[in-house]
Amino acid sequence: MSTAVVTVNRGLFRGLNLRQKTLLIIGSTSLLLLGIVVSSVFLGGEPLQTNFGSKNLAPSLEHPFGTDWMGRDMFVRTLEGLGLSILVGGLASTISTVLTVILGLLSSAGKTADSFVSWLVDLFLSIPHLLLIILISIGLGGGATGVIIAVALTHWPSLTRVVRAEIKQLKTQEYIHISRNLGKSKWWIASKHILPHLVPQILLGTILMFPHAILHEASVTFLGFGLSPHEPAIGIILSESMRYLSAGYWWLAFFPGLSLLIVVLAFDMIGENLGKLMNPKNAHE
Amino acid sequence: MSNNEKIAGFVGKKALRLTSLLIVVCFASFMLIQCSPIDPVRAYIGEMPVTAEHKAKLEAYWGVNTPPQDKFLNWAGDILKGDFGTSLIFRIPVIDVIKERFTASLVLMGVSWLFSGILGFVLGIIAGAKQGTWVDKAIKTYCYALAAAPTFWLALVLLMVFSVYLGWFPIGLSVPIGVTADDVTFFDWFKRLILPALTLSLLDIAKITMFTREKLIEVLSSDYVLFAKARGEKGLDLVLRHGIRNVALPAITLQFLGFSELFGGTVLVEQVFSYPGIGQAAVAAGLRSDVPLLLGIVIFSALFVFFGNLIADIIYEFVDPRIKQQEASV
Amino acid sequence: MGNKAEINPEKELNTEKELITGLGTTSGNMKKTEALLKVEDLSLSFTQYESGLRQTELKVISNLSIQAYKGEILAIVGSSGSGKSLLAHSILGILPSNAKLDGRIEYNGAELTQERKEEMRGKEIALIPQAITYLDPLMKISNQVIGCVEKKNEGLMKKLQREIFQRYTLKPEVERMFPHELSGGMTRRVLVSTAVISSSKLIIADEPTPGLDEKTLNETLSYFKDMADKGCAVILITHDIEAALKISHKIAVFYAGTVLEVANVEDFKNNGENLRHPYTRALWNALPQNKFQAIKGHQPMQDEVIDGCIFYERCSRKKALCAQGLPQLKQVNGGMVRCNNAS
Repeated sequence: MSTAVVTVNRGLFRGLNLRQKTLLIIGSTSLLLLGIVVSSVFLGGEPLQTNFGSKNLAPSLEHPFGTDWMGRDMFVRTLEGLGLSILVGGLASTISTVLTVILGLLSSAGKTADSFVSWLVDLFLSIPHLLLIILISIGLGGGATGVIIAVALTHWPSLTRVVRAEIKQLKTQEYIHISRNLGKSKWWIASKHILPHLVPQILLGTILMFPHAILHEASVTFLGFGLSPHEPAIGIILSESMRYLSAGYWWLAFFPGLSLLIVVLAFDMIGENLGKLMNPKNAHE
Repeated sequence: MSNNEKIAGFVGKKALRLTSLLIVVCFASFMLIQCSPIDPVRAYIGEMPVTAEHKAKLEAYWGVNTPPQDKFLNWAGDILKGDFGTSLIFRIPVIDVIKERFTASLVLMGVSWLFSGILGFVLGIIAGAKQGTWVDKAIKTYCYALAAAPTFWLALVLLMVFSVYLGWFPIGLSVPIGVTADDVTFFDWFKRLILPALTLSLLDIAKITMFTREKLIEVLSSDYVLFAKARGEKGLDLVLRHGIRNVALPAITLQFLGFSELFGGTVLVEQVFSYPGIGQAAVAAGLRSDVPLLLGIVIFSALFVFFGNLIADIIYEFVDPRIKQQEASV
Repeated sequence: MGNKAEINPEKELNTEKELITGLGTTSGNMKKTEALLKVEDLSLSFTQYESGLRQTELKVISNLSIQAYKGEILAIVGSSGSGKSLLAHSILGILPSNAKLDGRIEYNGAELTQERKEEMRGKEIALIPQAITYLDPLMKISNQVIGCVEKKNEGLMKKLQREIFQRYTLKPEVERMFPHELSGGMTRRVLVSTAVISSSKLIIADEPTPGLDEKTLNETLSYFKDMADKGCAVILITHDIEAALKISHKIAVFYAGTVLEVANVEDFKNNGENLRHPYTRALWNALPQNKFQAIKGHQPMQDEVIDGCIFYERCSRKKALCAQGLPQLKQVNGGMVRCNNAS
């Protein structure tokens, strides 16, 4: 008599166990993203050809994403835009992560510092995120730098919250008490005992921050803040495409947006599968 | 008796919080704008030809040469009196712009909030109850894709399909030329609401569905559901009896906590559909350096988010019977 | 001291017996030969994922055999966290999806398949769970005790529930309370009510006694005695051997995922001389009123692979033979034992 049998090897990657499947997903999506960045860097070297002989072409084998009103290949433009998005997202996540680490350690230093951090988190979350980015980028004088810094400065609160909770929990652990009783300084405990435990958590948080940062950068650019119209950003491409919508040039908006969606999805998948590897409690789902 | 005390404490705490929050938000955003190289006089003048005398007057009015702290105190004092200044773009008091625009946006946000909340909850319950089946997988895929979709892109796609291709709605959804906002019929108004509301709902559904699904799975693996199964309950009855009861409150709370994201989505959606709401006004104010309007919108959006959180807190503290009891027994 | 509490409800129950459960059988006229529940060679393991998603197999129960008879209380005694509750879940078919169950369970002479378990539970087999977490935190007590019933039976069930509450001295306002408003003793009685109202023939009580004071403990135990007296088979899963000795007919000693001995309650008299397994004797010696002597060492971990007798490490009478293969379960002196030395 046997009731329920484990269900692991169903679906797509039959024959692989869950670990192999997870690693495969992480590997292939990372490769995809890396490919986008590398090719966009290579393409970025030479300016895009304008060819008025082949403008506003619908997608074809030669131009898989079609061409725009200046005859530029939309596939190449999209690729460059995605590369830029990923780089901006990477920069923003890195800065936000550094801020998180600093604020996290600060909050572990004492009660006053902790309530300050918590207050700062609440403050940043009290204004709608998009509006906050607009406000900060204007305050910084606008332009590409303004937007990038604004995106970078506003993505730490949620991760900081997680890290704070984690620190609180760690602090109740026995070995931290022992360390304290042995007369170790707060800073020593924070950097030697608390930080190492937080590294995986923070790493995962950084990866999951990417999609948010990328989408916010694209949104703000789309609204007309920041990057100049010459930059090959996805937000710019889409806001341009609005002018040609009524003419029926659907490919101008459709493919670049879809590509952005796929990139964001790829980051989400990497994050989620890494999370599964590190914390396998819910792996049966 | 103790309940009244609790309510009084709650109200006091929240009022204090709101005041301190508003002060800090006002100060921080004002100072941020002060740092920026925006020249209010140039922003006001725009393309108009002005005399040097007029310009000096304007500079005095905008306080170009007063120190920032005095400027802030003046501005804050005016706001306390209910005077948010005059919008540079619309040339009418900021408070009037916000009143009109925020109302329009509240309708848009309200409709999509309700729609996405209800549909998202139902989808989440279905996915959670059927965990692991193709129904669950389909719903999950939909949610992942939508959570990753750029809001403005989804708006553009809907616009292309329903306005350009099918021709069901006009492409610019703003008030027809020559018709003032007051003359818009209910039908016109309703028609221009559909696509933006649909876009916002589609995006919002993802979050609430995933949350409901996860919460339901958590409930279904709880001790009390195990016991219910041990007593012969099963299938839909079990989900309806125990699942919905235990998932509904957290899901509603989450919906109220989502006001911030809802506002962000509205900004983008209004831009694509030229919906005359607060989001569009915020973008215009930002792009054209309308500082008084932008600051006014920031303050009101902070209020909006605060009230969402407040309602979530009220649900948490006063509606959930478990919390009620715990507090009383302490 | 506890006698009074034990006797009183019993008398009340006898008069209301037909009305409440309609079982109509008493321990006197029952055939004792056929077990109501027969568990043979039951093994249970879980597939798990460790950090890095490495798949592992965790064996929780191995080669376990027990039998429960109508009108009798069988206590399954073992230390906390040793997987006793999972035995109850196996019988009821409410294991998580990553569980793998082997062996044979028979109920009333026929194999208890998963389908049949689903059919039987709540009607023929009832679980009395161990804690308040087994009640829906947002549902009023009376709805939970009555359970999921058809509309037309609701009135009848409500009446039945009121009668049961009255018998267990639960005040009428308890009906409208939420679980968190109950005291420990009330919770216990409510949980027992859920089994009584179902008129099941096999009752499995999972750790029903921890954290109860002497009076409530005896009261709770008396409820199980009543059920057995009315012809139910009761399985009492507990870590409290003293409580088990008060009311049980048979005691199964659970150790490291299997049963080492099934002893009659009489075997525990006379300084435990008739006990068959060294572990059972050690348990007996550990009781405060006896030698109050704790046994050295600890139970093997669930992921440890053991070739010989699972008690080998701690046994004072081990032989070379004991290190080779798990001893067979054998009939000794009216009980069962898994030991090479017993005869």
